[in-house]
Amino acid sequence: MPGARLLFHARIVMLGLVLICGGCGRTSGRSVNLLGSTSIQPFAEMLAERYLKEYPGQFVEVQGGGSTAGLQAAESGLTNIGMCSRSLTAKESLLFTPILIARDGLAIVVNPKNPVASLSIEQLRALFAGRIADWNEVGGKAGPVWPITREEGSGTRESFVRLVMGNERISRRSLTQESNGAVKELVRGDPAAIGYMSLGLVGPDLKAVAIEGAQPTVENVLAGRYNLVRPLLFVTKGTVAPATQKFIDFVLSSEGQRLLATEGLVKIR
Amino acid sequence: MKRDKVIGAILLAIALSAISGLALITVFIFREGVPIILRVGARQFFLSTDWEPSLGHFGILSMMVGSLFVTVGAAVIGVVFSMGLAIVLTQFSPPGLSAAVKPVIELLAGIPSVVYGFVGVVTLVPLIRRSLGGPGLSVLAASVVLGVMILPTITSIAIDALEAVPRSYLEGSIALGATRWQTVTMVLLRAARSGLVAAVILGMGRAIGETMAVIMVAGNALDVPRSLLAPVRTLTSNIALEMGYASGDHRQALFATGVTLFVIITLLNVAALTVSRQRAGRRRAK
Repeated sequence: MPGARLLFHARIVMLGLVLICGGCGRTSGRSVNLLGSTSIQPFAEMLAERYLKEYPGQFVEVQGGGSTAGLQAAESGLTNIGMCSRSLTAKESLLFTPILIARDGLAIVVNPKNPVASLSIEQLRALFAGRIADWNEVGGKAGPVWPITREEGSGTRESFVRLVMGNERISRRSLTQESNGAVKELVRGDPAAIGYMSLGLVGPDLKAVAIEGAQPTVENVLAGRYNLVRPLLFVTKGTVAPATQKFIDFVLSSEGQRLLATEGLVKIR
Repeated sequence: MKRDKVIGAILLAIALSAISGLALITVFIFREGVPIILRVGARQFFLSTDWEPSLGHFGILSMMVGSLFVTVGAAVIGVVFSMGLAIVLTQFSPPGLSAAVKPVIELLAGIPSVVYGFVGVVTLVPLIRRSLGGPGLSVLAASVVLGVMILPTITSIAIDALEAVPRSYLEGSIALGATRWQTVTMVLLRAARSGLVAAVILGMGRAIGETMAVIMVAGNALDVPRSLLAPVRTLTSNIALEMGYASGDHRQALFATGVTLFVIITLLNVAALTVSRQRAGRRRAK
């Protein structure tokens, strides 16, 4: 008898699991799911809001989680579109169809009280690698440097490593924050901090530093003078559902591109 | 009679599914986590401070040290305030006051940890940065926030332990001419010792497992902290920071971090249980 009882419980547990899992993968014909990079998330939400106004009756759901999570979700079919804020690796580009929705400058931000206004790539690398540990070595007030980095797997971090760090590793001393908002909050409060984030997210509270003499502006990105630029990608796998295609078309339309540009991103054309 | 049996069976079923859920979780994290420890080598995994998953370096020593520092810091802060509170509330305060303070302390336990973290980031971190230096996000900030968070746990268990001391002990001590304070330090605290130790251990268990508040105030740097003002990454924050992204070996290494945490917390709980059982055993023997 105890055996049968156990079996019964096992069945109840299984039923519960099936119900829970059934809920996550559900996508109906008119809904689009986006999941991934927290750098793209606010822009995707803004686009979705406008899209829904234009085409009522559609559903668009936007979630964060990070670029790598976005790719995983796109691969397993958990989401229609994965959002990825870095270039795909060779292995990944075999799996997915990437769609470039915009380009984004990577801004290097410091506290407005910090007198440093310009850095070379070499100085920037040294600051984040921990080889330069005092601000007076790069023309600032004497005092320790606290580099702020993003967590392992973040698209912003991977772009930063690829564009700036080369083969060097980010210092183990650096503070690790798990969102653009947290980086922003820290840099805003700490004159010793230096961080990196999407150009469109900088806002008025932080100072973006010129790199190799070029201010991080949309014009400089377009003209090729500002070199810390990364792609923002929508990633799909296999055949694309009509509802998903419709949303992608909207994002790539001149209206969608105009919206992205007003938010500080760089249009694809 | 028959109805009793049916109800009994239903209750048993509910109890068993709760336990089986726990067992499933345990089996799952061990199955996911243990292989990578064996592959990397237990020595490398537990004794290396080099954590760079993208390069295949998995060493969690700095996180273990980080968890230890933060937990001990929280325990020190928690113990000072909780023991003080527990002694005052059981011995020295007028009954009206303790009736008012106790529910407030219990209410503290119900505040979500993200709120503690947020308050820490907004008030404590800038305060530390301005008055003591460093980035503010630090061992100290994490210890203080956790110390406050474990206060209700330690206080309420400590109050129970103190109240369980037979009145005759205290009366005897007073009758022998000891002052109130002497009675507290020489009789009450000694008689309740095992319960108080259990309270502290359970509080530490809560501190070491806390995640959200710690991520927000600890800075999460990978270096082994060299001072109270240096940033620190704990085992829990390592899992929570990187889980969303991790795949393959990296994911397994995070599960292995979870296994480590699981073992530490189990040991703490076993220690707390053993200590409090000892007390019960001793009393029964008398």
